[in-house]
Amino acid sequence: MSNIPADLRYASTHEWVRPDGDGVFTIGISDHAQQLLGDMVFIELPDVGAEVGTGDDIAVAESVKAASDVYAPISGQILAVNVDLEDTPELVNSDPYGDGWLFKIKAEDPQEVDGLFDAEAYQGNIEDE
Amino acid sequence: MPNKTVLHAKHLEAGAKMVDFHGWEMPINYGSQIEEHHAVRKDAGMFDVSHMTIVDVTGNEAQAYLRFLLANDVVKLQDKGKALYSGMLNEAGGVVDDLIVYYFDQTNYRLVVNSATREKDMNWLLKQAETFDVTITERPEFAMIAVQGPNAKSKAAQLFSAAQKEAVEGMKAFFGVQAEDLFIATTGYTGETGYEIMVPAADAADYWQKLLDVGVAPCGLGARDTLRLEAGMNLYSQDMDETTSPLAANMAWSITWEPSDRNFVGRQALEQQKAAGTDKLVGLVMTDKGVLRAGQKVQVTGGEGIITSGTFSPTLGHSIAMARVPSTVGDSAEVEIRKKWVTVNVVKPSFVRNGKSVL
Repeated sequence: MSNIPADLRYASTHEWVRPDGDGVFTIGISDHAQQLLGDMVFIELPDVGAEVGTGDDIAVAESVKAASDVYAPISGQILAVNVDLEDTPELVNSDPYGDGWLFKIKAEDPQEVDGLFDAEAYQGNIEDE
Repeated sequence: MPNKTVLHAKHLEAGAKMVDFHGWEMPINYGSQIEEHHAVRKDAGMFDVSHMTIVDVTGNEAQAYLRFLLANDVVKLQDKGKALYSGMLNEAGGVVDDLIVYYFDQTNYRLVVNSATREKDMNWLLKQAETFDVTITERPEFAMIAVQGPNAKSKAAQLFSAAQKEAVEGMKAFFGVQAEDLFIATTGYTGETGYEIMVPAADAADYWQKLLDVGVAPCGLGARDTLRLEAGMNLYSQDMDETTSPLAANMAWSITWEPSDRNFVGRQALEQQKAAGTDKLVGLVMTDKGVLRAGQKVQVTGGEGIITSGTFSPTLGHSIAMARVPSTVGDSAEVEIRKKWVTVNVVKPSFVRNGKSVL
């Protein structure tokens, strides 16, 4: 069973979104996604300052098993990326909702997040896969 | 219903993630396949390989039969217990399977063949045996556990009886011995020292637990694949199959051409392939970010080829692969990774031995 924190929002493509305040959101991939992919070996992150649109493939999570695109769950500007993943990509496996975060987006429209799944809907989405 | 080995319950007990492997429900990992990989390179790990097929070949013409069946020559086996790696070819010179044969005497041999090809192999063994005075006997009553790593032998020895310790004392690589209830062999699929131990199925779960208790880490098929690839060992159906010449699969060393009057299955086709020239299997090394994967296209001097096996090498910290390419190859090649062409180094297909890089 995978862990799906109730206080986060989720995209159907398995990214999670956490509000930091001031229209800034931290984004990572869900526990379910990291379990499917297995041990991470490389994480390719977007450039800080880049403008991204909802659904753009802006990062790559590469595990021993496969390379998987990570999509922007909301539109906005990349404010920061998790540089620790350069040397320790396994943080995505060990702490997907904490130290394994991927990037932060300054949302163009913070309301966009309300359109994402809540935990219950994401759980349902996984079960339908 | 998938097949299950007698260790299935032990895998679940250890929290294994199970997957279908050619009709067998087997552990892919017990949490982290990279940690399992490192356990084998640095300490001791174990694999359930009970799904592999053990076949005894006995009878007056056992030696003559195997000299006809295999591309390698069992006449090389003169010391009791000595093992040999060989391809088993079809008439067209393709690889029906690769296997290990253990020699006990000229009327008594043991084969270990792949599980994925069990039915095909058994049919082939029986068909080729028609004109020989031999008996082919499958031995499903044994489970098999591979204990591998620099500390594998010393840890496994803690479970051995005095007689078993004496039996393996000074045993060189690639030998096997029946010692009381166990068949203990110094073979493996990781590039590390260790044993492959055949244990009566009824005792296997208990034996697995005892190995856990002396600190041998359970390892799944994920780690088994990265370990064998680092060691430059082929995986049947991925790096070669019935349509592949052994000459194009880095198996030329396992073909015994002399004496030239030894007729073995596929010899004629193989001689033609050798004269005409074949593709070859090379190693690829990419130190940039990214992972080489099976199926990616490769460009070398002589034309286009394909990656047969590719992975991230946990020991080296970058990606490695095996690729089948035209015979004219320089020191580098281009690989198409996610729609981009990347330059990689070409090496012999062997990357890690005994915990160390051989690049």
